[in-house]
Amino acid sequence: MDHDHGHKGLNRRELLGHCAGWAGTAAVYTVAGGVVSSVSLDAALAAGKPAAKAKPFTFVQISDTHIGFDKPANPNVHATALQAVDRIKAMAVKPDLILHTGDITHLSKDDQFDEAKQILSGLDIPIFYVPGEHDFLDEGQGKTFLAHYGKGTQGLGWYSFNHDGVHFVALNNVAALKPGGMAHLGDDQIAWLKKDLAALPSSTPIVVFAHIPLWTVYEAWGWGTDDANQALTLLRRFGSVTVLNGHIHQILHKVEGNVSFHSARSTAYPQPAPGAAPSPGPLKVPTEQLPSMLGICSANFLRGNAPIALIDSSFT
Amino acid sequence: MSFLSSVGRFALFAAMAAPAAVYPLQTAVAAAPTKVQRVAIQNFAFSPQVIVVAPGTTVTWTNADEDPHTVTANDKSFHSAAMDTDETYSFTFTKPGEFAYFCSLHPHMTGKVIVKG
Repeated sequence: MDHDHGHKGLNRRELLGHCAGWAGTAAVYTVAGGVVSSVSLDAALAAGKPAAKAKPFTFVQISDTHIGFDKPANPNVHATALQAVDRIKAMAVKPDLILHTGDITHLSKDDQFDEAKQILSGLDIPIFYVPGEHDFLDEGQGKTFLAHYGKGTQGLGWYSFNHDGVHFVALNNVAALKPGGMAHLGDDQIAWLKKDLAALPSSTPIVVFAHIPLWTVYEAWGWGTDDANQALTLLRRFGSVTVLNGHIHQILHKVEGNVSFHSARSTAYPQPAPGAAPSPGPLKVPTEQLPSMLGICSANFLRGNAPIALIDSSFT
Repeated sequence: MSFLSSVGRFALFAAMAAPAAVYPLQTAVAAAPTKVQRVAIQNFAFSPQVIVVAPGTTVTWTNADEDPHTVTANDKSFHSAAMDTDETYSFTFTKPGEFAYFCSLHPHMTGKVIVKG
């Protein structure tokens, strides 16, 4: 259990201690230990030396703010989105950037996008967005989202960027969905991803973020992406891959080789566990219980190809 | 296919159970009888999932969920805007045939209208 992974002396116990201390009473999910110990020899060799430019930093994931939702499951999503902002402001280390994994709005309305911007503008931290299906339901099928966030992106809003040695990839899996299917990336986006990753050494840490899970959580509710494997095949050669999503309004994680999948809580309302209700609709819980089911996820990137430590914290 | 389509907010419809039967409405003018059929969208499903109607029937879908849904023909020959809670969409089927449709936001939700002369 408690062995050194060779990353300048930070062992699993120290890492867990670091995360727990940082998170206070929050739920702690360290993808770190499991990934390091389960990484295959092939992947370890492929990963090689940590990328020289990489240095420690923190970033945050927020998701499913659903601005405009006003049903009993949470009649005040504005206030709970502000709670997320306060949480981020209170962090001991100011995050370098924020990823919003979609369903920014409930109904893709211009004023809902504006309200979301106004709420998050208090942070003064760069925010990177991907759309959820609720952001793509206008008559123009994403036109409003793209008018707000599409500048400088490819296709229907996908893009990538580098930050301190980490390569971030933003994918859209909510456009042009097919009857009977699940979420979908599409050939154009996968072709772009192939080109985007081609020049990167396998030691580059990768963070992929998209709204709907890129692994099949529950097919009967459409909680998965039907062509995700094509994207994951392109990612397998990398030593450290972290896939972040929202959509299901609950924490779930899974490790598959060197790929860590993680879904974050919503800031708006919870949804039932897979198959635990007749439908995946909003879950009404007692008012006093709601803050414990909403939250944000913060990520500590340590160095090189060390796995990214993810910490989910609720509002209580 | 000629049709009348509209999305509106008719909260009353949501309160009514969707009858599975086709029934003609009484009209003042002696014209071809107008037929209507209702489909509920509830618990992320179309109910009834498959309906059989006569040509000229207007089908009205009502969203009883707290999540928005759409009615989108697989062949895109008809489609609603996103319907929020209690909103409705109507489409008049004039020609015989089978019309498969789905919710473009939750594509695992599928349904079918069979129009028989």
